[in-house]
Amino acid sequence: MNDFLKIEGLKAQIDADGTPKEILKGLDLNIPKGEVHAIMGPNGSGKSTLSYVLAGREEYEVTGGTASFKGQDLLELEPEERAALGVFLAFQSPVELPGVNNANFLRTAVNAVRRARGEEELDAVAFLKLAREETARLSMSGEMLKRAVNVGFSGGEKKRNEVLQMRLLQPSLAILDETDSGLDIDALRIVAEGVNSLRGPDFSALVITHHQRLLEYIVPDRVHVMAHGRIIHSGGPEVATQLEKQGYKQFLEAAQ
Amino acid sequence: MPAVSETREAVEKLARSKYEWGFETDVEMDLAPKGLNEDIVRLISARKNEPQWMLEWRLKAFRQWQEMDEPQWAKIKHPPIDFQDAHYFAQPKKKPGPKSLDEVDPELLKTYEKLGIPLHEQEMLAGVEGAGERTPVAVDAVFDSVSVATTFRKTLAEAGVIFCPISEAIIEHPELVKQYLGSVVPVGDNFFSALNSAVFTDGSFVYVPKGVRCPMELSTYFRINARNTGQFERTLIIAEDQATVSYLEGCTAPQRDENQLHAAVVELVAMEDASIKYSTVQNWYPGDENGKGGIYNFVTKRGICKGDRARISWTQVETGSAITWKYPSCILAGKGSVGEFYSVAVTNGHQQADTGTKMIHLAPDTRSTIIAKTISAGESDSTYRGLVRMQPKARNGRNFTQCDSLLIGDQCGAHTVPYIESRNMSARVEHEATTSKISEDQLFYCRSRGFSEEEAVGLIVNGFCREVLKELPMEFAVEAQKLLQISLEGSVG
Ligand SMILES: Nc1ncnc2c1ncn2[C@@H]1O[C@H](COP(=O)(O)OP(=O)(O)OP(=O)(O)O)[C@@H](O)[C@H]1O
Ligand SMILES: [Mg+2]
Repeated sequence: MNDFLKIEGLKAQIDADGTPKEILKGLDLNIPKGEVHAIMGPNGSGKSTLSYVLAGREEYEVTGGTASFKGQDLLELEPEERAALGVFLAFQSPVELPGVNNANFLRTAVNAVRRARGEEELDAVAFLKLAREETARLSMSGEMLKRAVNVGFSGGEKKRNEVLQMRLLQPSLAILDETDSGLDIDALRIVAEGVNSLRGPDFSALVITHHQRLLEYIVPDRVHVMAHGRIIHSGGPEVATQLEKQGYKQFLEAAQ
Repeated sequence: MPAVSETREAVEKLARSKYEWGFETDVEMDLAPKGLNEDIVRLISARKNEPQWMLEWRLKAFRQWQEMDEPQWAKIKHPPIDFQDAHYFAQPKKKPGPKSLDEVDPELLKTYEKLGIPLHEQEMLAGVEGAGERTPVAVDAVFDSVSVATTFRKTLAEAGVIFCPISEAIIEHPELVKQYLGSVVPVGDNFFSALNSAVFTDGSFVYVPKGVRCPMELSTYFRINARNTGQFERTLIIAEDQATVSYLEGCTAPQRDENQLHAAVVELVAMEDASIKYSTVQNWYPGDENGKGGIYNFVTKRGICKGDRARISWTQVETGSAITWKYPSCILAGKGSVGEFYSVAVTNGHQQADTGTKMIHLAPDTRSTIIAKTISAGESDSTYRGLVRMQPKARNGRNFTQCDSLLIGDQCGAHTVPYIESRNMSARVEHEATTSKISEDQLFYCRSRGFSEEEAVGLIVNGFCREVLKELPMEFAVEAQKLLQISLEGSVG
């Protein structure tokens, strides 16, 4: 069996000022081991919601369906357990942690995950060496490590910091929620390289994006179109090109 | 919390006791009878072999106290304290301690471990019998241990620093004590200072002579000793011209005490170009889950920058006690002198804290900085209360105040009460205040990176307190960080 990430009929809602609002309305998605899939969809279709539900955000109540990862029921696990299992979410809007030193945050995170995975923890020296290599690879200034997590980071710097975390935590499933938004052209290439170099038989990714351009750098195995809380169409990389040219209209009409 | 059960037990035991306390003054006695009157004051003074002038001083204080009323202005609530229902000379009888760590409450040990306290220190803190004698050099900083006290004293004596129990200073250095005791916190300053002046039994005395930089932080020493400190501590620190000293009080390990009421007085005197840094980590027993049995901590701490360019810095991390009432203050009397107050106050459960500072600018070019971080969780309530006063002569006086509150959950309260009195046009006072909550976004972000919820709270809180924690001596800062996390365990979710 090549079931890696397997989502069936997933429904989720959020409490919107007292009234439940359904956002995911029976979503099906399979990502086999080693594959990179992309999701594209109009604003508000539920892409970020899907990523939050997969990462374990409690405000989103799952009301139906299943989601399993590596054969485990993902929905039963705490967010930190999912992280240990290899799920990583690069946030669409990375969160600021005032006063929390970035290097310290990264090292604690890396070691929390390594501990949970039964791996040896990194000491300060080993970690710093690794972190320096990775920041250099992402063309980030080493100064970013000394600052408070995401505080005062530019939009692009925040996104790079997400990719830095991904690389350090070495996930087996990376969910990238619009990581390309706000990146300049060079940064886009650098970030794509950061993802591509992780590609391999044990690494899968779900790349959420609005831009076909990213998918020229990170060439996906499959592209899914999402609308109104469902996957309404799936195909190869050509779907992205088609969307770029014609927009969502045809897919939306076909789905009705 | 681990210390909780032990303390509760101890407190209950004391309450249940049907023991008839004899009024005797022989060496065997552990406790004076309950109540406070002139005879008790005389007894305390006699037990400490004090000279007549000290007894007179105490009696005067006692008479003054009798005329005073408990202050009511703080935002704290507690059942009335019956001051006659306490022992004022109470050196609790040494109960036979556990023989080894195996006999100690494993919960307590778990907390020590989380704090990263070395094993031999754990023994000492847990009161394992003979722990003091067996421990190696690094830890034998026990107050009672004669050999170590000697080592410490030798180094300090070579530098000319006097560091001894206040009771000893009264006998050995009466001129210094007479000159300075009560000079910063007058006996009648407030109800609790008057009480302390009448009945204090413990505390330390530090004298750093002119031009001397104290060769060691007076810290490790006290970290252990703190376990034995009594309920009415009295500390007096004097730094002569160009002298420098850093003093650390308290202990990150949860401390239990049979005495519910604590009323300490600390006085600091800094002469010309002298610098005194006073750091506190307070983690007294906060009471059970219903807030019962916790320590009431009413503290008066004040320093005076007597000489020009003197500097006094208070740093405190307050996590314990059922009630904290405490305002470490600076009187800036010397030209260009500097006062600083860095504070973290954490309340959880049913704890109440009313804490802050006073910066009294008397002289020109004086500067003060106040950074107060308040963290409230559970059903606790916390108030920052601060006074900045610029007297007419404080030309070009400067104050910067920043008060930040962090709320965890929605049943707690945080309040900021700043008093600003400026009688001087050239003085400048700046005040900034923020209130925030730990957001779900922040918690989820951390957890998605592998942190447990508690680790995430600890991380965010430590970030919030960073400006204050960095003022603590290095090794203590590390323990304080862990302490913050432990204090807030179970506060979310
Ligand atoms: N906390 C919330 N309260 C109310 N509505 C919410 C909440 N969170 C999400 N929604 C709604 O759910 C829908 C899906 O939001 P989501 O962020 O998942 O969209 P998206 O596909 O990621 O959009 P975008 O492309 O703009 O990032 C939107 O209509 C949004 O307003
Ligand atoms: Mg989105």
